[in-house]
Amino acid sequence: MSDRILLAHGSGGTLAHRLVEERFVKPLLNPVLSKLDDAAVVDFAGRLAFTTDSYVVNPIFFPGGDIGRLAICGTTNDLAMSGARPVYLSLSFIIEEGFLLTDIDRIISSIRETTEEAEVKIVTGDTKVVDRGSADKVYINTAGIGVVPEGVSLSGRNAQPGDKVLLSGPIGDHGIAVMSKREGLDFSTKVESDCAPLCEMVAAMIAASPKIHCLRDPTRGGLATTLNELASQSNVRIVIEEERIPVRDEVLAACEMLGFDPLYVANEGKLVALVPASDAERVLAAMRKSKYGKEAVLIGEVKEGSSRVVMKTSLGTSRLIDMLTGDLLPRIC
Amino acid sequence: MKFASEFRQGKLAQGLLSKIRGASKRPARFMEFCGGHTVTIFRYGIRQALPETIMMLSGPGCPICVTANADLDKAIALARIPGLIIATFGDAIRVPGSYTSLQVARAEGADVRIVYSTLDALRIAEENPGRKVVFLGIGFETTAPTIAASVLQAKEDGLANYSVLSLHKLCPPVIKALLDSGEVALDGFICPGHVSAITGSKAWEFIARDYGISCVVAGFEPLDVLQSVDMLVAQVERGEPMVEIAYRRGVQPEGNTEALRLMDEVFEPCSAEWRGMGTIPDSGLRLKDDYRRFDAEKVFEIDPGPTREPSGCICGEILQGLKTPHDCPLFGEACTPEEPVGPCMVSSEGSCSTYYRYGGGGIER
Repeated sequence: MSDRILLAHGSGGTLAHRLVEERFVKPLLNPVLSKLDDAAVVDFAGRLAFTTDSYVVNPIFFPGGDIGRLAICGTTNDLAMSGARPVYLSLSFIIEEGFLLTDIDRIISSIRETTEEAEVKIVTGDTKVVDRGSADKVYINTAGIGVVPEGVSLSGRNAQPGDKVLLSGPIGDHGIAVMSKREGLDFSTKVESDCAPLCEMVAAMIAASPKIHCLRDPTRGGLATTLNELASQSNVRIVIEEERIPVRDEVLAACEMLGFDPLYVANEGKLVALVPASDAERVLAAMRKSKYGKEAVLIGEVKEGSSRVVMKTSLGTSRLIDMLTGDLLPRIC
Repeated sequence: MKFASEFRQGKLAQGLLSKIRGASKRPARFMEFCGGHTVTIFRYGIRQALPETIMMLSGPGCPICVTANADLDKAIALARIPGLIIATFGDAIRVPGSYTSLQVARAEGADVRIVYSTLDALRIAEENPGRKVVFLGIGFETTAPTIAASVLQAKEDGLANYSVLSLHKLCPPVIKALLDSGEVALDGFICPGHVSAITGSKAWEFIARDYGISCVVAGFEPLDVLQSVDMLVAQVERGEPMVEIAYRRGVQPEGNTEALRLMDEVFEPCSAEWRGMGTIPDSGLRLKDDYRRFDAEKVFEIDPGPTREPSGCICGEILQGLKTPHDCPLFGEACTPEEPVGPCMVSSEGSCSTYYRYGGGGIER
């Protein structure tokens, strides 16, 4: 038997059934998925959050993670940023003919670990195989639903002047980790992707203060782009202080070499919270107690004004921080 | 981090700034030659922190920006030769030539590859023995030695399918041309840091000697730039223009003699066209006759067709410090980093891109 994905694996025949049952369903087994019906039927109560995302990262295995972990973290984090507790996910693969079965196993094993960590279940899925050259190795789509607790209302439009800006840790790790392994760019660095499910931290933050106004994960476009989105959605001015923004030395070094500004480099396991000043310390303490928020810091505050992000530099001057504009970054998620 | 965070310390910067504020009495106009310096100045809001006596102007030190459309058209015409592989540093692919860019040519089927080192280009040539590989030699004295080294390596390895389109530019001749034009009045130059690492600070002695303009070679961190401004102010106040180095960790007066030797082995000066400034004698580099089989201009028949300048674009005047991006009717409207009209909006070190990204130099105090 071949050790690679063949077109026949996507044909719906016996090979396809065997692939799905042995390599996907068995490792991810739960009562809903095991039924293998056309649609998952699940019990659900409460307000529902629903999101989807596709993952095309290159390379598919990178320091600190892989496309599988990313596909679970990305979607559960999007749910978490709306205040929801992620419950169910769908999982779809588009696989290039010739892809190694052992790589499928690695990805699925990583998906299993991450779903267990995020306490979320995969309840439905799909697999397609395309001709060699029609896709680059493997693409994954996940959609997720979550339940939003009573009384929680998070939105990018909720920021208020006086809110404190909290950041859950150092920025730029994911983007630099992925780029360090990119063909033609290969450089050695100790940086690992921060790719992580943030739902446990978000639950702790909401428990500490249900009055949190906005949560967002600064993925593509980095912290600068996320803050601009929030400033614009809420029509406020966000002022941050350069010296308070944590960046690891290795990330800073790689950014210098590549000509990037860490403010624009992607993260996959960080969040920004805009919180009323009265509750900021409490929320920050909750973040620091959780596994992925140990290095959480206060980086600035929200002021009256119009849709702008301003940074106080280490020189005591200020400058505007714009959204990410046209760049040459590779596929990072 | 070694060599970065030490040079970004707020307290030291505040100290230097107050020293500059105390020392600067006479009005002075300083030009930072390098796009890299422009980025630092804007990123750290240095212009607004300097006293009103000091005016900073941005110079032509962005290799992509000064490359003429006729030369970009040559690169694009080469890319369209079937089977040919173009290897280039990143920014060059987005710069529009007269009618199109390498990026568009790539989308239309040309094989254009971004590399981070000339060694990668050599590797591509080795791995594709049946195809021709052309490296786009765009840059100043900083990149020319590594490209010279790649030609020598290709010769040693007997690589017959590797060549270079040399669009290199030399910095001292353009500064001379800028000063000879008499259009921009200056009291001081912040001289390029990386170029000086190769050429040595002695390359700028003519500026102080013949034009009476102060010169300080600077590194690219905010403290480097502030230190160079401090040294320029001291020279101006003393009325004694000279060449000093504020970047001792990277630059020696005599430069990098081995790199200069490599350049001299492979290249010779030639006249070159600079965007908006016309043709300047001995301001470019071409391959010497001994290396003509590595010279893309000799290896291929290149027919780029007629050139065209984008209407309304004032990149040429911006590069000479005569105008700022805010003087351009296209800036931020028809010309943005997503859809650049002129090259100064493309390169990450171009003035327009820097003004755009950093909001006009930090409007807020």
